[in-house]
Amino acid sequence: MKQVTVPVLAALAKVLSGATVRWIGCEPDACQRIYFANHTSHLDALVLWASLPKNIRNLTRPVAAVDYWQSGPVRRYMATVFNVLLIDRKKIKVHNSPIDMMLREIGDVNSLIVFPEGSRNLSGKMGEFKSGLFHLAKKRPDLELMPVYIDNLNRVMPKGEFLPVPLLSCISIGAPIWLESGESKAEFLQRARKSVLKMKDS
Amino acid sequence: MGYWTVGLVLLVCSLGILLAAGQTLKRKPESHIDPAILRNFNKRVTSWLTICVLLVVALMLHRGVTIALFGFVSFWALREFITMTPTRRGDHRTLFWVLFGFTPLQYVLVGIDNYDLFTIVIPVYASLFIPARIAFAGDHKRFLERTAKIQFGLLICVYSLSHAAALLNLNLAKWDSSIGAWESWTEDTGGLLFFFIAIVQVSDMLHFLWDRLFGRHVIAPAVNATKTWEGLLGAACCTSLVGMVIQVLLPVTPFTWWGAGFMALIISVMASSGSMTMSAIKRDRGVKEYGTLVLGHAGVLDRIDSICFAAPIFFHLTRYFTNAEGRVVDVAIDQSAAVISMGMSCIPFMA
Repeated sequence: MKQVTVPVLAALAKVLSGATVRWIGCEPDACQRIYFANHTSHLDALVLWASLPKNIRNLTRPVAAVDYWQSGPVRRYMATVFNVLLIDRKKIKVHNSPIDMMLREIGDVNSLIVFPEGSRNLSGKMGEFKSGLFHLAKKRPDLELMPVYIDNLNRVMPKGEFLPVPLLSCISIGAPIWLESGESKAEFLQRARKSVLKMKDS
Repeated sequence: MGYWTVGLVLLVCSLGILLAAGQTLKRKPESHIDPAILRNFNKRVTSWLTICVLLVVALMLHRGVTIALFGFVSFWALREFITMTPTRRGDHRTLFWVLFGFTPLQYVLVGIDNYDLFTIVIPVYASLFIPARIAFAGDHKRFLERTAKIQFGLLICVYSLSHAAALLNLNLAKWDSSIGAWESWTEDTGGLLFFFIAIVQVSDMLHFLWDRLFGRHVIAPAVNATKTWEGLLGAACCTSLVGMVIQVLLPVTPFTWWGAGFMALIISVMASSGSMTMSAIKRDRGVKEYGTLVLGHAGVLDRIDSICFAAPIFFHLTRYFTNAEGRVVDVAIDQSAAVISMGMSCIPFMA
């Protein structure tokens, strides 16, 4: 069943979002990566996931909030189809850190899609990054951190809407960054945020 | 099948030869031709070839397939147009209904050959629905501007283009000079569509050539730096001659030879107006081509701007001068074909 629904849903997501994927200064690769992107629409995770090449898509899991993806049967079903890694953002504790959970889940095979802004921004301006990305980079320095800029998807499906308007959107994936030695948390998060913004204009 | 099949095959062949010539020139490193012009030329010929091949296949399959093809092109062009023009959150539901409601509806109406409805559903119903729906959404900022953008996009990309597909519905009469009376014109209306598309493309090509070879007086440098008065007039006159030649060699339209020349002249002027208007919009939005708006997409709107402007004028002039109704007494209408094509034209919108 999943062999049929996954490609169909991926194709549907691509057609509805008219997404063009640009790899700038990098190539699709099955090595372990963290794709971090700006967050403007419900569709972000699905479209970014769907626009990866098939063999990479099968290895990549979007990270998303459990309270959104477990409400209602359709979303619950979608979460299983897209193999979403669900995080409970209300119950974050020291001994149950989502970072450890993510690292445990991906092992040494899978890649992740994360949205470091946390929640979708409504203003159209990109918000500040939360520290999760920094902790991921610190605990697993071998992971390639790929900046991704998602353009126009907020117009396809803005917050609070359920019917898509299939405009053309664009996904730009840039060259990987890593945590530099001696770089502070604030510096790294600023640099990561800038690397995403740089993709917007390139 | 008729004369137009021969015409279309000839057109495809000549475009194929042009493309081959362009590709050969590109490979020659010592050629003295500006590579930018060559690239532009190759791009144009490739897109014309695509349009022609799609049209041949669609016309040979079924009338409904052709209408559905135009419907799909309209949908894609409108998508590009809206992507380029900034809209606000409050326009979301309006855009949904425009893309998934009025666009398919227009082509279903063309498919079932409902002339009364298809000519008014967008100018009357849609153009009143759009401002009302935006007002109900509660966002009043730049209200008139946003309304106008959506109305214009719908008018050009969907309403105007659908008139090209509607050429297939026409019931025309032909003046028979030997008996001095109007006679029912029984040729396939696919020929009329072929005549129209061929003339628009010839006009585009001649305009391009005249601009390059004899262009001196640029019409509006701020809007389009390459379009000249010499190009506009030269293309119009030459296209008119081509129209006459097509009609004499392949009588695919009910017009006389001078009538075909007059129609070709009008089509050429409208086609040039179309590209100028779309250039103005592109300059205002700061994009050079709709294709580069989002990288990797072929700009459909770049290719059809001239067709969009010429289609409704050609449709209505043809209908005005040679409509069978009032000229010929008994005209048979094929009802079953209309019903099937209505179903067919829905297909691209379900996907």
